[in-house]
Amino acid sequence: MIINHPLLGPRDAQEFTYLGDASLISRPDAQDDNAAEKFHDYLYLRDNPAGLHRELWFHESGDRSWLVVTRNTVTHEITDVQLARDVARKEGRSK
Amino acid sequence: MLKLKSITPLGADEPRVDHFSGLTITEITGRALVSLTARNEQADVTRDKAWTLFGIDLPDVSVSVVGNTYSALWIGPESWMIDAPYDGHEDLADQVKTALGDAASVVEQTDGWCRFDLDGSAVTAVLERLCNADVARMQSGDVTRTQIHHLGCFLWHCDGGFAVIGPRSSAKSLHHGLTEAAQSVC
Repeated sequence: MIINHPLLGPRDAQEFTYLGDASLISRPDAQDDNAAEKFHDYLYLRDNPAGLHRELWFHESGDRSWLVVTRNTVTHEITDVQLARDVARKEGRSK
Repeated sequence: MLKLKSITPLGADEPRVDHFSGLTITEITGRALVSLTARNEQADVTRDKAWTLFGIDLPDVSVSVVGNTYSALWIGPESWMIDAPYDGHEDLADQVKTALGDAASVVEQTDGWCRFDLDGSAVTAVLERLCNADVARMQSGDVTRTQIHHLGCFLWHCDGGFAVIGPRSSAKSLHHGLTEAAQSVC
């Protein structure tokens, strides 16, 4: 499998390690009133789609950047790759 | 008084040199390394201060800049490895941290890495058997990180040859991988 790195171009998947669902970026606020419930959902509940799935990959043997990869879990086709940093910043999570 | 004597990454008193037909593998010691990563929204400040300290522009993606004393290798988004002669720069990390302050995170890297320089006509043939990097298309000054012998290594095209900078604790494994490929090609 080839992952088209936004900065470095096509790279073999063996250079990467997989973490999991990209929703892990959206960590709940521990100060929220219902933080316990939100953390339960954050930790334990995952969608397991047969189709497009946004997931976190780490370019371990490359530039050490985290990527958000949109992959079709049925065909393994990758349709979008972004730096996780950019995704998090769009969600206002970099402060 | 203790009489301590430093050893090379391969564990010898002197750096190792291996000669093959069309390739020379030279163990390089005597380089100081620090990594430099700009903190959030401090990339421009980091570049300005780095210019003042090193006299070079921090390079863009996948390339390096070689100055008179300092070289900078791009290693990641807003992250660079600074290379300088060890003699005179034993405290390189302190020098860089003092100059850059809170604009960047600085980590001493000198003894974390080993370096083997590969020179000769067979260098491309050997490296393309060892890693995924498109070695034949790399221009002088290009740098990339890739897996060699299952080890994450920097591959730096400089001085007409290639430098392989890999984890020091696996120096013998890396050296074995390099010499094994060299023997099969040369």
